[in-house]
Amino acid sequence: MRDFSYLRADSIEAARNAAALPGAMLLAGGTTLIDLAKCGVAEPSTVIDISHIEGLNAVDVTADRAVIGALARMSHVADNPQVRNLFPAVSEALWQAASAQLRNMATVGGNLMQRTRCPYFRDPANFPACNKRAPGSGCSAIGGVTRGHAVLGVSEACIATYPGDLAVALVAFDAEVDLGERKLKVEDFFLAPGATAEQEHDIRPGEVITAIEIPGSAAARRSTYLKVRDRQSYEFAAASAAVGLELESDGRTVRDIRVALGGVATKPWRVRAVEDALRGKALDEAIVREASELAMEGAVDHGANHYKIALAPRVIARAILKLGETA
Amino acid sequence: MTVHDMKHAASDSARLEAVGGRLSRVDGPAKITGAAKYALEQQLEGLTHAVLVGATIAAGKVSAIDSRAAETAPGVLAVLTPDTIMELKGASDWLGNPSPQPTYNPLAREVTYSGQHIAAVVAETFEQAVAAAALVKVWYDETPAIVDLSDGKAGDGIPIDAMTKEWGDAEAAFAAAPVRICAAYNTPREFQAAMEPHGLIARWEGDALTIWEPSQWLDGMARTYAEWFGVPFENVRLVSPYIGGGFGSKALALAHSAVAAAAAKMLGRPVKLVLNRPQNFTSYGGRAATRQTVAIGADRDGRIQSIVHRGVNETAVDGMWVEPLGSVTSIMYATPNFSSKQNVVRVNTVVPGAKRAPGENPSAFGIECAIDELAHELGIDPLEMRLINYAEQDPHAKKAWSTRQLREAFAAGAEAFGWAKRSPQPRSMRDGRQLIGWGMAAGTYPVRRAHGEAVVKLLADGSVVVESSSIDMGQGTYTILAQTAAETLGVPVENVSVKLGDSHFARAGVTGGSRLAGVMTGAVYKAAGQALDELIGLALSDPRSPFQKLQANTLQVRDGRIASSRGEGPELSIAEFMAAVGREQIEAKGDTLPASTTAEERYANYTTIAKSIPHTEGDWSRHSWCAHFVEVRVDEDFGTVRVSRVVSALDSGRLYNPKLAESQWKGGIIMGIGQALLEEGIVDRRHGRIVNGNFADYMLPTNADIPDIQTISVGIPDPHSSALGGKGVGELAIVGIAPAIANAVFHATGKRVRDLPITLEKLI
Repeated sequence: MRDFSYLRADSIEAARNAAALPGAMLLAGGTTLIDLAKCGVAEPSTVIDISHIEGLNAVDVTADRAVIGALARMSHVADNPQVRNLFPAVSEALWQAASAQLRNMATVGGNLMQRTRCPYFRDPANFPACNKRAPGSGCSAIGGVTRGHAVLGVSEACIATYPGDLAVALVAFDAEVDLGERKLKVEDFFLAPGATAEQEHDIRPGEVITAIEIPGSAAARRSTYLKVRDRQSYEFAAASAAVGLELESDGRTVRDIRVALGGVATKPWRVRAVEDALRGKALDEAIVREASELAMEGAVDHGANHYKIALAPRVIARAILKLGETA
Repeated sequence: MTVHDMKHAASDSARLEAVGGRLSRVDGPAKITGAAKYALEQQLEGLTHAVLVGATIAAGKVSAIDSRAAETAPGVLAVLTPDTIMELKGASDWLGNPSPQPTYNPLAREVTYSGQHIAAVVAETFEQAVAAAALVKVWYDETPAIVDLSDGKAGDGIPIDAMTKEWGDAEAAFAAAPVRICAAYNTPREFQAAMEPHGLIARWEGDALTIWEPSQWLDGMARTYAEWFGVPFENVRLVSPYIGGGFGSKALALAHSAVAAAAAKMLGRPVKLVLNRPQNFTSYGGRAATRQTVAIGADRDGRIQSIVHRGVNETAVDGMWVEPLGSVTSIMYATPNFSSKQNVVRVNTVVPGAKRAPGENPSAFGIECAIDELAHELGIDPLEMRLINYAEQDPHAKKAWSTRQLREAFAAGAEAFGWAKRSPQPRSMRDGRQLIGWGMAAGTYPVRRAHGEAVVKLLADGSVVVESSSIDMGQGTYTILAQTAAETLGVPVENVSVKLGDSHFARAGVTGGSRLAGVMTGAVYKAAGQALDELIGLALSDPRSPFQKLQANTLQVRDGRIASSRGEGPELSIAEFMAAVGREQIEAKGDTLPASTTAEERYANYTTIAKSIPHTEGDWSRHSWCAHFVEVRVDEDFGTVRVSRVVSALDSGRLYNPKLAESQWKGGIIMGIGQALLEEGIVDRRHGRIVNGNFADYMLPTNADIPDIQTISVGIPDPHSSALGGKGVGELAIVGIAPAIANAVFHATGKRVRDLPITLEKLI
């Protein structure tokens, strides 16, 4: 950890101005930034503490939309009765993320900025090559320990998995991230590595996430987040699925369906192929399982993560069938 | 040191404070409130901070180090490299064998594993030391590394003849047996993963060295420091009042310890050095990775005719660790023919070390899975299989068991678990998509014995102080020694304060191998008995004593009050009596050694393990025993395994405090669940480096992974094992949990996973 200067921003404007400084990084809950500073990945020259800005932690939920302030704590949002009622997948994704201690500190805005858990990314002293940290230096993960690495959205530059849960649910329900001057679909806010693995988010110097907005929908109301992992708690997903379902009045034909995957892709991964295959179909286990396989189109494994290709469709299918049973 | 508050809740035991009572941990309130001061929390005037620089290659030479940038960084006091650190003398090993090298350099020029310490930066603040350590530039001449047992360059290794155990003609009998199974079982590199990191504070005052360091063995580590620096043993004081988990890892002074102590000497200032979390995975050894093959030949009625066992464990290029893989294999079942042999293979790792039940733990994984495979092959219930082959005596030592309540453990565990309702066929029990499996396994751990000393002081105010250089790493030494002293002296336990963790106290050997409770309750029992004898002798003979005129042969002390056994004459509290006879204190030192023991033998007894008493000494073979019954739920789509029920019946002999023994058993079972399902040090094969050296990626069970655990004590006092009849507790319960879970997973899924951990990709 090297020395940095510390600024406390009292307003969004002040935060934006400071965030435009070279080498500046925002501090909210600190659960990602301090961790990455300790392992030598984050080396900010200026840390801008935005955690004291008033009015950025509100959670405002109606049937039409949820507006969640960037500084709202993960545990606070997860426990919000209206979020639980109108956006159960969002609440469930938050509850299954990290640990109780981390959820009490971490903010939802900061959560969107969470970096990958790729062990090579996190250990610059031992693995200097990492295109995310040092563009053009190469990828240490390819050919290494890849059990947790992505099978979707990968490139020759990077196979690091996007680790989060919340954003998977947000992507499923067309949520937007409010950057002040701009609003972006969360799905577009996250960038697959391509040849520019260092660019993980569509965010510009001087931009600050102020809120997340999630449109209400019947599918969001009937939704779930299923996270599969070896350890019951405090582990990143081997594969996870955020699924929302709206059925016709017959109680079995799919009117609307949303599916997104976590733990298997380089960004929160919406799988429209599965949605398209099931829209208008009657829910049936064989059909759901077959459609879920479409999620793996284009999947590429690197040996130890091969199991994810078999696992992820099963997670999707289980989540859809579970929602179908609650008809 | 803290005098603990004796706060204990209502209990089902009438005499909470007596040996065998369920007294809550006396150090509990201090730990919960943060009042307990751990070694590394010591605040010292002028303290400096050292941070280590680790090798980024697994094998080769350090060709150059450029430390100029670090030396001129803010706050930096010194940069130590292999060339600039002071020369230390070679120290003898834990058996007392002298070092083959006359000198010792804790910073390596020749790198034999990734993460090995090659430099250290000392600065005024921790942050300055961290920043400067990142500026140290190192160049290497790298050579190819042998990364693990499966490396093509690893070879078959070195045969360890001392591990060979053979009787009958095992190979021929196996070949002739009508039913045979043979399979290979692997366990990965595992780590102790204690919450409290390794580290120390070292301070020199002239030739006297004080070390504050979490320690499972003050006397042994003090000896190492004394030898490194060529000072008398008495000049080294080690202080370790509490230990935040050791599990075998904190018994030795290690390279980082030497660096800190040397830096303190060179700078003339106290130095604090704490390993960061990744360094805790590379600076000392965890459990060695192991490979075993177990072949069992049996009759059709399930009677074993032969066991052929071969084992391999990894060790370091420049250090030897033998994980005794035939230890359970050779004693658990009766067999007329037996052969066990073991090799070790050198790989580029830090030398492996002790982790809870070294040897017995992986050994049981092999034999207890193999027995389950044999039972399945024969269509015999796994519990019945174990009873058919019950060993009525130690099959290897050919001696009677001192006590072996294993049959009772099988019966009590099976009854409480409902084992009789098990459907024998794999995949025959389910709940929706959850496949349910019931598995079982047995476990054992030898009774390791040694000697210890204790001082018991009766003070003028009637309070009692017990002192020992033994330690409490959570297992309950503070508590059971208070109970032992209270019961022996006849005083309320609230009046007893136990002081541990200072090498200037009465001596003790290593806290490892589940020996401490048996050793130290014996020593305190003796010391307290001597103090009581002196008290009563004084009361009967001192002219100032109100009891003198009674002309009694003896007196009794109950609830801290002295009275005649016949109920006549005066009754005084100990404080009143001490005032009456004008005594400040009565002090007695007790030990468990024969009176003829020389000073040299005593030193060897406390500072090496060479004087440990074999568990098969004399006429008896002494072991703890257990039987685990486990239910798992395996998701048939996802391959995830959750343990939903554990019932374990255990024979640790007499329990000094059942509440604390149950906690230790449960701790072992929880650790075993982690071993079975989660734990694995994952090595990048190109770099020979552990890549999951942190608590997010090295998986340990969370509360959510642990079901209710029922433990049942089936032990009886074992007079051959310890002074008060107890056998080992701490390591027993982790032995057999992993095979019980693997057997349950087979029962659930029909899939036999022989490589730990049983992660989801092995089942989908």
